[in-house]
Amino acid sequence: MDERSVGIVQTQYVRLFEPPNELRLDSGEKLGPITVAYETYGELNADRSNAIMLCHALSGDAHAAGRHSPDDAKPGWWDDMVGPGKGFDTSRYFVICANVIGGCMGTTGPSSINPRTGRPYGLAFPVVTVADMVRVHRELLRHLGIESLLSVSGGSMGGMQVLQWAVDYPDVVRSAIPIATAAQQSAQGIAFDVVGRRAIMSDPKWRGGNYYAFNDPPVDGLALARMVGHITYLSELSMRRKFGRRLQDRERYGYDFATEFQVESYLYYQGDKFTERFDANTYLYITKAIDYFDLTNGKASLVEAFRGVRAKFLVIAFSSDWLYLPSQSREIVSALKANDVDVSYCEIESDYGHDAFLLEVEEQESLIRNFLAAVARESGVT
Amino acid sequence: MSVAESTGQVGVRRLDYDVIVGLVEPGSRVLDLGCGDGLLLSRLIAEKGARGAGVEISQAGVQAAIARGLSVVQGDLDQGLADYQDKSFDWVILNQTLQSLLKPVLVLDEMLRVGRRAIVGFPNCGYWQARLQLLLTGRMPSDRNLSYRWYDTPATRLLTIKDFRAFCAEHGIAILREVYLGGQMGERRHLLPNLRAETGIFVLAGDGRPSGRRLE
Repeated sequence: MDERSVGIVQTQYVRLFEPPNELRLDSGEKLGPITVAYETYGELNADRSNAIMLCHALSGDAHAAGRHSPDDAKPGWWDDMVGPGKGFDTSRYFVICANVIGGCMGTTGPSSINPRTGRPYGLAFPVVTVADMVRVHRELLRHLGIESLLSVSGGSMGGMQVLQWAVDYPDVVRSAIPIATAAQQSAQGIAFDVVGRRAIMSDPKWRGGNYYAFNDPPVDGLALARMVGHITYLSELSMRRKFGRRLQDRERYGYDFATEFQVESYLYYQGDKFTERFDANTYLYITKAIDYFDLTNGKASLVEAFRGVRAKFLVIAFSSDWLYLPSQSREIVSALKANDVDVSYCEIESDYGHDAFLLEVEEQESLIRNFLAAVARESGVT
Repeated sequence: MSVAESTGQVGVRRLDYDVIVGLVEPGSRVLDLGCGDGLLLSRLIAEKGARGAGVEISQAGVQAAIARGLSVVQGDLDQGLADYQDKSFDWVILNQTLQSLLKPVLVLDEMLRVGRRAIVGFPNCGYWQARLQLLLTGRMPSDRNLSYRWYDTPATRLLTIKDFRAFCAEHGIAILREVYLGGQMGERRHLLPNLRAETGIFVLAGDGRPSGRRLE
C-alpha cells in the first residue's frame, strides 16, 4: 500500500445528546439521541493540541482518507490531502472527520429510525442548519476529550462549517481554512438547490418523504437533482475540454432522444451512481441547510459577524469556480481584515470550476502544509 | 513571477531591503504592498520584531510568502486598500512596485491614509546609464538584469527621482527622508542623485491625511 496513505480505517460511531440532554436546534426543535459517524487519522499528542477537524461538502461523509478494506476500490473523499507527508500530515496531526447531522452516512438524519415511532424519520426529521452541524461536531470533540483545534478546514459546505466554527467557538479554533466557499449562499446557489429539491419532491416515488418502507426510492428525482448540481461543480471550459460536443456511441446524430452526447452520458452516469449511495431526503435537508446559511444572519454586516473571531485564517478560492466565486471569498477576507484577524488569501488558477477544491491537490497541499506548520509553530505544537 | 522579482535584483544582496529594515523601528506594524515572496517582510519580522502583513498579486508570490509563515493576501493594489482602516499601520511599504501600478496616485493616497508613514522605493529612470542608453542607441533602456523589453515589462510607470519629488511637492506630501542606492556597489550618493542613483527610497509622512481627502 502507498506509504503516504493512512491505510485501513474504520468508521466509528458515538451516541450523543441522549435525552434529556437533547440538542436544541436553530429551528427551536429538540433532537436526541444523535448518532455521529466519524473517523480519525494520526495520533493525538500528549497535550491534545494537534487536532484538526475536516468538514465535508454536501455529498461527503466521515470517510475522508484511507480505505475501509484492502480491496476497497475507492479511498476517502480527501485522500489526496490527508496522510503521512500530505497537506494534512497525519504523522504530525490528529485529523478528525465526521458526517453531518441530517446526513445519510452514519450520522442521524431523515433515514434514521425515529425512536418515538420505530420507523425512519422521513420529513418528521427537523430542519437543520450549518450551525447545528457544527454544534453536533463540537459535542463530538468533547466526547473525544479535545478542548482546542489546531485547525478546522473544508471546502464548499465544509467551508461554511469552517466559518461557523470560527465564529461560534473562537476559544476552540486556532486556525481556519475555508476553501471554495462563501459567507452566505447566493441567490443563484439557492436557485440551483430549489431545482434539485423540486426534482425529488416531484418524483411520485418520493411519497411525501415516506418511501423507506417501499424499497423503491425516488431515484429519478435524486438523479436529476444531482445532474443539476453536478453542472454547477464544473466550468464551461472543463466541460468543453472533457467532452466538447463529442458523441458517446454514435458516429452521427440520431435525431432522437437517446443519450448521445458524451456530456449527456456523463451526467446520467453521475446522477445514477449518486442514487446508489445517497438518500433523497438527506439531499433535501442538506441543501436546505446550505440555503439557510448566512453568517450575517441577525448581524448588521459580515464585519460584525466576524467580531470576536480569533483564529488565523487561510482562505482559498479557485479562479473558475462559479458556484462560490472568488469575489465571495474576498468578501470574507475583507471582513476578517476589518476585524484585524490574521488572514491569508490565495486564489488558485484553475479550469476545474468548483470541483477544483478536490482536484487541485498540488497547490493546495503546499499552501495548507505551510500554513499549518506556521500555526503549529506559533501555537507551540511539536 | 512576482513584482519584487521583476526588479532585476534576484540573487543580489538586497541593499534596498537593508535600507528599509534599517528605517523601521522595532515592534512596528508593517504592511508590505507588492510583497512578492515575502523576503522583506520576513526580515522585518525576524530582525525588527515587526507585526506584518503583505499584499501580492501573483499566486506564486502568495504561495512563497505563506511558505515563510507570513500572512499575505492575494490582491490587486490598483483596487485600493479599502479593507484597511485609517492609520492601522506604522509603516506601509511600496518597494519596487510603484512602476508596475496602473493607478499609482490612488495607491499612494491609500498608503498615506492607512499608514503613519510610507516607504516608496523605485528604479530611477534618470540614472545616467539609462539616459545614456536612450541618448546613444535611441532605444528605450532595458532592464539590465532581466531581459524585459518595452512590450513585456511590468514597469508601466517610468519616473525619475526628480519626478517623484515634484509629485510630492505638487500634492503636499511631506518627504521625511531620501535614500539613494547607486551602481553595483550600492553606496549612498548625495551629490546629483537623479543622475547617479539607480534606486530612490523615499520616506513619506502619512500624518494629516485622513480618509476622504484625495490627492487629486
